Amino acid sequence: MAKILKKEQWSDTIFSMLIEAKDVAKAAKPGQFIILIPKEHGERIPLTIADSSLNEGWVQIVFQVVGKSTLELSRMNKGEELFSFVGPLGMPSEVEKFPGKVVMIGGGIGIAPIHPIAKKLKEMGNHVVSIIGAKTADLLIMEDKIREASTEVIVATDDGSKGKKGFVNAVLEELLTTEADNVSKIWAIGPPIMMKVCAMSAGKFKKPIIVSLNPIMVDGTGMCGACRVTVGGKTKFACVDGPEFDGALVDFDELMARQGQYKELEQKALELYKSKEGVA
Amino acid sequence: MAERIKASEKFKRDRVPMKEQDPKERIKNFNEVPYGYSFEEAIKEAQRCLQCKPPACVAGCPADVHVPEFIDKILDEDVEGAFKEIKLTNALPAICGRVCPQEEQCEGACILNKKGKPIAIGRLERFVADWAREKGVVDEPPAEDSNVGKRVAIVGSGPAGLACAADLAKLGYDVAIFEALHKPGGVLVYGIPEFRLPKAIVQYEVDQIKEMGVKIYTDYVIGYIKTVDELVEEYDAVFLANGAGAPSFLHIPGENLNGVYSASEFLTRSNLMRAFDFPNYDTPLNVGKRVVVIGGGNVAMDAVRTAKRLGAEESIIVYRRSRTEMPARAEEIEHAEAEGIQFELLTNPVKILGDDNGNVKGLECIRMELGEPDESGRRRPVPIEGSNFVMDVDNVIVAIGQNANPIVARSATGVETNKWGYFIADENTGKTTHPKVWAGGDIVTGAATVILAVGAGKKAAKSIHETLSQ
Ligand SMILES: Cc1cc2nc3c(=O)[nH]c(=O)nc-3n(C[C@H](O)[C@H](O)[C@H](O)COP(=O)(O)OP(=O)(O)OC[C@H]3O[C@@H](n4cnc5c(N)ncnc54)[C@H](O)[C@@H]3O)c2cc1C
Ligand SMILES: Cc1cc2nc3c(=O)[nH]c(=O)nc-3n(C[C@H](O)[C@H](O)[C@H](O)COP(=O)(O)OP(=O)(O)OC[C@H]3O[C@@H](n4cnc5c(N)ncnc54)[C@H](O)[C@@H]3O)c2cc1C
Ligand code: SF4
Ligand code: SF4
Ligand code: FES
Repeated sequence: MAKILKKEQWSDTIFSMLIEAKDVAKAAKPGQFIILIPKEHGERIPLTIADSSLNEGWVQIVFQVVGKSTLELSRMNKGEELFSFVGPLGMPSEVEKFPGKVVMIGGGIGIAPIHPIAKKLKEMGNHVVSIIGAKTADLLIMEDKIREASTEVIVATDDGSKGKKGFVNAVLEELLTTEADNVSKIWAIGPPIMMKVCAMSAGKFKKPIIVSLNPIMVDGTGMCGACRVTVGGKTKFACVDGPEFDGALVDFDELMARQGQYKELEQKALELYKSKEGVA
Repeated sequence: MAERIKASEKFKRDRVPMKEQDPKERIKNFNEVPYGYSFEEAIKEAQRCLQCKPPACVAGCPADVHVPEFIDKILDEDVEGAFKEIKLTNALPAICGRVCPQEEQCEGACILNKKGKPIAIGRLERFVADWAREKGVVDEPPAEDSNVGKRVAIVGSGPAGLACAADLAKLGYDVAIFEALHKPGGVLVYGIPEFRLPKAIVQYEVDQIKEMGVKIYTDYVIGYIKTVDELVEEYDAVFLANGAGAPSFLHIPGENLNGVYSASEFLTRSNLMRAFDFPNYDTPLNVGKRVVVIGGGNVAMDAVRTAKRLGAEESIIVYRRSRTEMPARAEEIEHAEAEGIQFELLTNPVKILGDDNGNVKGLECIRMELGEPDESGRRRPVPIEGSNFVMDVDNVIVAIGQNANPIVARSATGVETNKWGYFIADENTGKTTHPKVWAGGDIVTGAATVILAVGAGKKAAKSIHETLSQ
């Protein structure tokens, strides 16, 4: 059973937890994720491994409250056990020593999953430029950890409350305009729409860009096909073929449509939970 | 002691029917369809058995259930004895009694089959196992101590893994099962619906195996958290029983629209995650008014009957051949018909149509006719040109089979697979191309049956024991 060792609230809706999971910590590689069920009647939700410690035997998850399951998870406390916790899942990021610079773009909650990849890339001797963005300064997470894991960091907020004003893809285009030749690889992780526009920006400069997709999943082991995404005109299972794919080839519109397929039911579950638990 | 009747009388009697839930009621719930035999009914059926020597029925059972012996104990009114007799060879009697394709196995081999009235062996087995569960009778044969300290790792807790674990535990081995999902049982928990196999029964039989000392580590995906290579290092033997869990799709346009499911996803949401009880359970499932299930096997029947129970007004099978070629068991098709399932036979889907929001709204199909027989001996369906038509549908569920999932295989150095990704293993022993690794069940044969998986698990246990005791 996976015990919550530590819990922190980083903003209104963003939480971080360290989960006791020795074997997972031992096997975890950058780019991989876990699936957990908060409590017995719960559903299986995938979350990226934001960090892990082999020595201390924990895995860090960073999540945003968006519905019933993440709300329920956020209300669990240190010392409590999760009903189920399985991982690591998915293909690890393909990291190596790249020539020139590697650009890591994290948007919103997507900053958490770029952390382990940036950390590994830097360890391997890469020059890592991280571009991290959020709606507003309050929602900007993990800045310190990202600084540690990068060579340079550029911060952007939609409202200009911190760093540059504007979206991360604008920052990317600016960077590529001045030094495209020096950039050999880009990662972008965040909401699908952000990844879509970043992929378009990278495309303008013919730069390879990797995105990490977050479709709805059930088992996470290639058994059900819930996580189907179209990449390069072919159907892939994001949980086992991904979650990382070539951003130039992903059908983001289909991904967004598929993410919304249970909206009404999810809303119902959330309202029922709130009224039962007396949460506003 | 129940009366032993004369042989002439035995031939005259018919099989004792099993009572079941009224179709009109059962389509509104997920309770089990057949009720099982009462004690009196079981006696009446048991009286018909000829007690053959040698018994043909046993040869038809991959688990070697001692059929005449357990039936005789029922006639002695010693149900506990009957239970112990069955458990000598089969760790999963309540499950097998329900879901074995008996007409192809024990009952198909029963001598009385010639007259079309084989003994209802499955129903009797089920009766005995249910009786024992209700009475709280446990059968834990004392484990031999000669093999204590020898360790065997099993990948997958479906019927193959469980059967292998039970036999090895009896021999005193230290057995650890690694299971990817959060609940043990494999297809028994995530695939086969509650109304055919209540999950509490699976849980009970799994618990009995745990009582024998078998450790089950759930949430443990071999290939990610640990490789088969590592298991080979840590254990004396490894049995791969990870099933054939990867769904096939049709590769027709529109297959990624919202409302299109693989049967595995649809059934996993409903069974394992209990979406039928949403919002008490959190996993959602969208079921519209008209649901089409593509396929003609048992999995298709389970999906279509589940959709009906989840509120579909019309729940329809679309199958490209005719009824005679349908691979589903006759009993399943009859149950489906009684529940008002519609059948569009000799019909093949060509395209799934969506609305502006990416939701399914229609299924374009083409009519088929039967041509010459193909390799499988079944007449090949050929499309009738120009016969395309569109059905209005809200969901399409694809139930056209499973493939091998590569996660385990790619972490297993030296264990060869065939070109479809199934492990190559000896039919009689389960031995693979690696001296410390055995394999069995669906991941060797492709999608098959529970009892064949049980049989494969038992054969592997025997072979592992022989190898480790040398
Ligand atoms: C590989 C992967 C990694 C992820 N990593 C993170 C992360 O590090 N931090 C984070 O905050 N979020 C992450 N997510 C998204 C996270 O899984 C969802 O936000 C969560 O499942 C929502 O559950 P809910 O019940 O709170 O919300 P719901 O009300 O159930 O759903 C809100 C939205 O979340 C998505 N969602 C719902 N159920 C699932 C599901 N079973 N699988 C995937 N998405 C679902 C849907 O788009 C849905 O519309 C990741 C998703 C994937 C696939
Ligand atoms: C819907 C449906 C209905 C069926 N109905 C019947 C029926 O009525 N009668 C009948 O006889 N047969 C039926 N079958 C077929 C039968 O269920 C299978 O043939 C049987 O379950 C195969 O057993 P198995 O042990 O080989 O594999 P499975 O039952 O598939 O079990 C394999 C287990 O391994 C686990 N696993 C997979 N990968 C990993 C990994 N990497 N690490 C750890 N664990 C892993 C899986 O999660 C699973 O629990 C049905 C199948 C389906 C899908
Ligand atoms: S073959 Fe039929 S009649 Fe003979 S022992 Fe077996 S079940 Fe009884
Ligand atoms: S286990 Fe299955 S095949 Fe064997 S006797 Fe029982 S019902 Fe028949
Ligand atoms: S989540 Fe089931 S196959 Fe990917």
